[in-house]
Amino acid sequence: MPKLELLQGTLDLLILRTLLWGPAHGHAIALHIQQTSDDVLHVETGSLYPALHRLERQKWVAAEWGRSGKGKRARFYSLTVEGRRQFAHEQTRWEQLSAAIGRVLRPVEGRS
Amino acid sequence: MSPEERDKELEAELQFHLDEEAERRREQGAPDADARKAAQRSLGNLLQIKEATRVQWTWHPLDQWKLDIAHGWRQLAKNKVASCAAILSLALGIGAVMSAFRLVDALLWRPLPIVEPDRFYAITREGVGPSGQFRISESSSYPLFREMREAVAGRAEFLAVSYAEHADLTYQTDAEMEKAYRQYVSSRLFASFGLRAAAGRLLTDSDDRQPGAAPYAVLSNQYWRTRFGADPAVVGRRFRIAQTEWEVIGVLEGPFTGTEPGTMTDIFVPMSMASPNSLENANSFWLRTFLRPAAGASVPALYEQLNAIYIHHERERARHFLDFPKELLANFPTDQLRVHPAAAGASTLQSDHRTALLALGALAGLVLLAACVNAGNLMLARALSRSREMALRISIGASRTRLIRLVLLESVWIATIAALLGGVIAWQAAPAVAAQINPASDPARLYLPADWRLFAFGAALTAAITGIFGLLPALRASGIQPSGALKGGDESHRRGHILHAMIAAQAAFCAVVLLAGALLGASHKKLASQPTGFRPDRLLAVEAVAKSPQPPVYWSQLAERIRTMPGVRSVEISEWPLLSGEMSNRFVAFDGGPPVRTLTYFYRVSPGWRDSMGIALLRGQDLQVSDTFPHTALVNEAFVRTYLAGREPLDLRFTIGGKDGQRIPIRIAGITADARYNNMREPVPPIVYAPFLGVDQAGLEQPMRRATLNVRLAQEEDGGLAAGLRREVSRFRADFRVTNIRTQQELISMHTLRERLLAILSLFFSLTSMLLAAVGLYGVLDYSVLQRRREIGIRLALGAPALRVTRGVAGRTLAMTACGAAAGTATGWAGYRYLGSLLYGVRLGDWMYLSLPAAVLLLLAVAAAIGPVLRAVRLDPLQTLRAE
Repeated sequence: MPKLELLQGTLDLLILRTLLWGPAHGHAIALHIQQTSDDVLHVETGSLYPALHRLERQKWVAAEWGRSGKGKRARFYSLTVEGRRQFAHEQTRWEQLSAAIGRVLRPVEGRS
Repeated sequence: MSPEERDKELEAELQFHLDEEAERRREQGAPDADARKAAQRSLGNLLQIKEATRVQWTWHPLDQWKLDIAHGWRQLAKNKVASCAAILSLALGIGAVMSAFRLVDALLWRPLPIVEPDRFYAITREGVGPSGQFRISESSSYPLFREMREAVAGRAEFLAVSYAEHADLTYQTDAEMEKAYRQYVSSRLFASFGLRAAAGRLLTDSDDRQPGAAPYAVLSNQYWRTRFGADPAVVGRRFRIAQTEWEVIGVLEGPFTGTEPGTMTDIFVPMSMASPNSLENANSFWLRTFLRPAAGASVPALYEQLNAIYIHHERERARHFLDFPKELLANFPTDQLRVHPAAAGASTLQSDHRTALLALGALAGLVLLAACVNAGNLMLARALSRSREMALRISIGASRTRLIRLVLLESVWIATIAALLGGVIAWQAAPAVAAQINPASDPARLYLPADWRLFAFGAALTAAITGIFGLLPALRASGIQPSGALKGGDESHRRGHILHAMIAAQAAFCAVVLLAGALLGASHKKLASQPTGFRPDRLLAVEAVAKSPQPPVYWSQLAERIRTMPGVRSVEISEWPLLSGEMSNRFVAFDGGPPVRTLTYFYRVSPGWRDSMGIALLRGQDLQVSDTFPHTALVNEAFVRTYLAGREPLDLRFTIGGKDGQRIPIRIAGITADARYNNMREPVPPIVYAPFLGVDQAGLEQPMRRATLNVRLAQEEDGGLAAGLRREVSRFRADFRVTNIRTQQELISMHTLRERLLAILSLFFSLTSMLLAAVGLYGVLDYSVLQRRREIGIRLALGAPALRVTRGVAGRTLAMTACGAAAGTATGWAGYRYLGSLLYGVRLGDWMYLSLPAAVLLLLAVAAAIGPVLRAVRLDPLQTLRAE
């Protein structure tokens, strides 16, 4: 299956969703998105880090240095309270959006 | 967190990502080297990621500033040659403006270091003198001062100071004579100014109570430090000036050196110690008077009172005038009393040099503006070459103010460095210019500190010029339309307009400077080449005094004795050196009529003086040894022209007023050619050359206290001779002494010093602004060739004549230069009247002066165009088109 580029604005949502599981560093986040999407969604590093730092600026995630599973120094990101609220908000918006797109793509039966 | 730390963290974070990715690939079975490479590939362009991430950071405002300032510096360092050119030209301009500010501030603006300088007023008289020209008299007599002081007592303090005198004094014996500036002051002055003593005590009211009773002196702090190394033991020391022995009773605290900017008084002595004649004589004007109103007292009301006293006093005085024309007496005094705020003091230097210094300041400002145009030009070119960067910044969300700041900071760098360099220039230049204001033997002493006033001015100036040359480029750069700029849009046309407007402005600034420079230069040339009417070469003016008035025969013997000294060709006696500024005038009468209204100038000389000075005797007979004053005299041509047109002057008698009111006749023995008397500017007035030998009505010879020996040397050099002359005079008789030796050349050049200074500095400013204009023009022409190389290439390839291409390249620039020159000349025309009093014998109406700026600027433009135009017509069309 070919890899898909992420739609604009959806990367933030996926990052926030990933962090619901708990703190993670950048590489782990990218890997998690890739794996849970069965290798369909590929996160460009060139977008990931600017996005992480943007979320940090918006205070939706917090970052601190810790040790990775292999004992190396890594920068871990975790969801803030505000981030959780934002995630809920974004998720609702995404569902409305995808439902709307779905309706457009699959018109209601019996009308044709 | 600092920007550096943050960068390091990002580096570590990305490195961790890289390691982790490589590790993952290894675990999937890739060989180590491949895994690393693959990881790097997957990460992409590391620099780009960093840049994109950094953009997301927010900064502490201070850190943001730090980053932008560093960014500005990097931009500056990128193009070193252009940056240096801009910095140097600005530095020159700033240095000139700051030097001018230091001088103007020291002379005209800086408040005196006294308590409440705003509550300090100078009294002057203004009016039209007998010769018909407007004059301001700053002096008062002691009797007038005393009356005024009493009239305002209780509501204002009335203070007086004498003119500061460069006196000969000695702390030991006559062999160790030295010079210091001594001034008589109202003893009340110190208390009124709130001054304190650093040692001993200051003068108080009691020191002024009795004439001649308080031979006490107060030293200025500056003199105390330079002459005595701030030794407190100086209090109680004695020194002697002429006959009087003085005792130092105290030293001032603080920088106060008198109320006359340009003169620094070293020694203050009480007014009561002035000679009784000065104190009692209502016709002796030797004081500057000042008003210090009490809190709440109305200055206009005080003025009314002073004016009433003044008019009454002067009417009384005029009643005793001997030979004053009746019609002048009717509405005497013609001069109006004036009260001026004098927070910055009052001095002759102020009134003489106010216009000159302000004019120089204005010229310096124009040079700075011309430099600003060049710097602005550079900044504009640079800002537009960065339009893609700007567009990128805008698309990732940078605000407009942020971009303006970014570009402006680069200008701030340039301006700041230039200001520092300019400060160094001003530090050196201001004292150097000040030294040129007066002759070296009696220099203007201005207080030129590097203090907060200078610093504040420098900072304000730097901010202002940054705004002038940096703001427009910053606005242009930040106002870019991202879509257009990224496509490589057509900014060049709009830039062309701005560039040409700037060229026109620069040409206008330059034209004003050139016009002023031409007028001032021509003025000086005219004034300096004025004939004096006598031979000044190898002539020394030796001023001598005796302790008490001495019979004329002693003075003749003294002259005789000097005449025998080796190296001396001739010695003749006169009252004072010609052109030293001193004068003596009277009203003369003819044929028993009333005195005429024009003033006649008198000068008493020894019989051989005229011949030795090289003043031609046109008719009649020279003065003889037996001739005496007031019986026989020579008169000059101007005298004959003014009073005796069409009459036979020889042996005619005119009269002067005698002591008891009767008229004394003087016979005209001969007519001399006109020669300069006390100034170089005005036409030679009617002059009477009378014998030095004076007799009273009983025929007794009048003793003289002082005289000038006019010594003509055999050779130019006088180094050793001056000291020899001093010795010889003292050796002649113990009570004779030399007070001053000056060359006649120095005395003459004294009258052209101001014009010379103006001419030199305006020439310097003219050359500088020409250089700046040339650089600016070259830059613009070069740019327009670069911009249009494609068009030019095509036209040349299609066979267009080189001449037409040339016109396309240089035509508009030349036109703008001409427009600017015309505007500048018009501005100069409007400002001409401010220069008026500084000019001598030149008129702006002359076509030569009016066309000069345009001619020079067009020549410059043509010279600057040669390079770019040659490059344009030599363009290889093929190459140009291929390069596109």
